[in-house]
Amino acid sequence: MACESWKGKLDAYFDGELSAADARALNEHLNQCASCSAEGLRRVQWKRTVQAAAHKFTPDAAFRARIQKQIASPARSSWSRRWIPAFAAATAVLIVGFLVVNFQQGRSGGQQLLGELTDQYVATLASANPVDVISTDRHTVKPWFEGKIPFTFNVPELQGSPFVLVGGKVSYLRQSSGAELIFRVRQHQISVFIFQEEKLGHVAVKANVHSALSFQVKTWQQNGLRFFVVSDAGSYDLDQLSELIKAAN
Amino acid sequence: MFVSEERFISGSFEELAMPLFDRLYNFAHWLTQNREEAEDLVQETYAKALKGFRSYRQGTNFRAWIYQILRNTFLTSRTGLKLASSISLDEDSESQNLPVSSDTPETLLLQRSDQQLVQQALGELAVPYREVLLLCEFEEMSYQEMSATLAVPIGTVMSRLSRARRALRDAVQEMQKR
Repeated sequence: MACESWKGKLDAYFDGELSAADARALNEHLNQCASCSAEGLRRVQWKRTVQAAAHKFTPDAAFRARIQKQIASPARSSWSRRWIPAFAAATAVLIVGFLVVNFQQGRSGGQQLLGELTDQYVATLASANPVDVISTDRHTVKPWFEGKIPFTFNVPELQGSPFVLVGGKVSYLRQSSGAELIFRVRQHQISVFIFQEEKLGHVAVKANVHSALSFQVKTWQQNGLRFFVVSDAGSYDLDQLSELIKAAN
Repeated sequence: MFVSEERFISGSFEELAMPLFDRLYNFAHWLTQNREEAEDLVQETYAKALKGFRSYRQGTNFRAWIYQILRNTFLTSRTGLKLASSISLDEDSESQNLPVSSDTPETLLLQRSDQQLVQQALGELAVPYREVLLLCEFEEMSYQEMSATLAVPIGTVMSRLSRARRALRDAVQEMQKR
């Protein structure tokens, strides 16, 4: 195929819209053709310039609060209005006492844990061989982990979603083995780490969403397993993939 | 514990809609080019979306759905109607699958253009080009999502996007010459 035809496919390639076969073929061509490769680089730089320029307007906090109030759940009953504040205050005293004792230990442990996970995510991004089992088929990836990790989990059905399963590998955290599943959405890579909750010990990873080193980390506990979704993709993508994983497990 | 249907709907809506708030506002501001109008547009979008949330089918693309509401609300606003009457896109030729022309050495100049110049050019583009570029480059929507949001076939999304990219490059080049 002539270079002009390849260049005609570059935008769709960087938009993540080429079929897997076309993307592979174009990728091979880019590795061999200096002219197309340079053109590809220019397109990516231009795309990033537009992306950065498009992020221009920020809503103010008062407006956000107004919208939040507008869509918040309707008012509770008069009984709740009378008793919930008193009950909440009493509970808060107990909880605060408990938290003060555990906070420092838990927070440092939690931050350290998230740091380790983002390190693993970056290592996978940078690796020439990011996965041990390469497959877009969830029925291949799940059985591959059998005997390698001390638990099982389900890989979500991705048909109709923007996500593509790339593969998986065994991961280690706090001296215990777990699974790392790698997904792709457009040009972003997402790692999903799965470990046994009890093996992670008492760490402050109860909050839903974290930002670590500019990466988004979404975490939850389900059926004795702790899931971490780590990526540089937007929080919307993380939410969407998390919902699919939750539904499968 | 009993949770009323109204509270359940409101809670689910909030969970889905609030993470999109900053981006919806940015998109609205680009469309209206005015802070007050952008706030009105976002407020009306949230009100309409909450009201129509019962008709939203769970599991389908919520983001495309709420962006579509925002866009339709804009198009029927005074500013939107005024803009629509002054813009004429050649939709017939849009449906052709246009090849993307290769870039000239001028592209090299574009890479050095500063962000403000791109912002200015983006703000001056026709709304259909501006919105398709924002949805693709900033929102990183797939062609399928853009097709749903803009209510046009995927082929039209592709050709409009190609024209919009060309129009933005040309506009920045023009500004650089001034």
